[in-house]
Amino acid sequence: MQKDWWKYLSGVLLLYGIIFGFIVDVPDTMIQQTMRNLFFHVGMWFGMFAMLITGFIYSLRYLRKFNESEDIIAVEAVNVGLMFGFLGIFTGMIWANFTWGAPWVKDPKLNGAAVGMFIYLAYMILRGSIDDVHKRAKVGAVYNIFAFFLWIVFVLVLPKLAGESIHPGKDSPPVMPMNLDPSMRIVFYPAMVGWILLGFWIMNVRIRIRKLRLKIED
Amino acid sequence: MLKCNITIGMHYLEIKYLVGKEIRLELKQKYVLNGILLYLVSTIFVTYLAFEDAITPETWNSLFWIILLFVAVNGISKSFVQESPARHLYYYTIASPQAVILSKILYNLFLMAILSLLAFSFFLLLMGNKVVNVPLFLLTLVLGSLGLSSVLTMVAAIASRASHNFSLMAILSFPIVLPLLATLMKVSRSALNSMDWSGLSGLLVILITINVAVIALAYLLFPYLWKD
Repeated sequence: MQKDWWKYLSGVLLLYGIIFGFIVDVPDTMIQQTMRNLFFHVGMWFGMFAMLITGFIYSLRYLRKFNESEDIIAVEAVNVGLMFGFLGIFTGMIWANFTWGAPWVKDPKLNGAAVGMFIYLAYMILRGSIDDVHKRAKVGAVYNIFAFFLWIVFVLVLPKLAGESIHPGKDSPPVMPMNLDPSMRIVFYPAMVGWILLGFWIMNVRIRIRKLRLKIED
Repeated sequence: MLKCNITIGMHYLEIKYLVGKEIRLELKQKYVLNGILLYLVSTIFVTYLAFEDAITPETWNSLFWIILLFVAVNGISKSFVQESPARHLYYYTIASPQAVILSKILYNLFLMAILSLLAFSFFLLLMGNKVVNVPLFLLTLVLGSLGLSSVLTMVAAIASRASHNFSLMAILSFPIVLPLLATLMKVSRSALNSMDWSGLSGLLVILITINVAVIALAYLLFPYLWKD
């Protein structure tokens, strides 16, 4: 009970984010009310980053000690990261349909998101094609570390250089305090923390399910 | 310090012998090499027939890199499945894993350099010269060969540990090679458009960084794949 405080916190923060996300005043800019998508789309995007970084760290840790439970954390973190990634793309597509007139446009940032999903889906397929548990964990960890690096280059470095993105936040991230309206700040940051904590919560549940399955199989 | 020098020296010797082995192996089984060459030439010929006169510099550039990507995937995917597991066990006992991966990357670099130059000359022959800035384009070919060989060798090593590794090679390598390929296409597009070298330093730095980092990652991570 006492260890679960962060799960309650996640629920409270998300409830706050969703309710106030719809009633808080947003500045009157070109994209008008669709700016509220920031609380959802960008929050999920940060959730995905947190999950994929967790997966990367646990893959590194697995290669140090070959502890099987660290491999389980890595794979479930990537699973939840994929889920957040697809949700982020989906919320972005709804927004893009109103703002740009099409759900998908050719843009470095959107390409980075799509490629990230392909890379991590390939990770799942790679794991599925190896039967031996230890070999799967080891090869999976190597791929995850290798892929994470190349994906970071694609998603963080290349769009900056391309300079032709129409996605918001081209020059400097809109979520930085100096770029975000004060009334939005007080909703966005709690919502972002809520999404990240929700990610860890789902990951936690999935890890427990997987461990129970392993126990049943034994 | 001395120990470090000795290990580097040993790596150097091992790599020299292993690259020599790769070359002898390739020359012994000439049909593999000939197969890749025929694949390269016939793919270029098919696109030449398909596109007829509609080749603009933009399509020239995209076709060139897409064909080179497919050739590279085909040429490099054999790296770790060509020889029997027993032979790998033998190498495992006599050479360090770092030397094995570096020698494979080095050998594939030679292979890719030759294949990319051949692809370039066939493009010149069939589709005409669209390259304005030849030195820059050749630099892109060198960096591209190094990048493709290092990324794909590592992916081939990963895929060789799984079953059905030929289809897996394509699934794993296309998304992972995209950051590199996108940068290469951007640099070579500018080589096709103008003599201007300005504004490219950022992209060239990215290319070199990707190459160095991928080789470093391969050096660090391959030992985990090598021992069972």
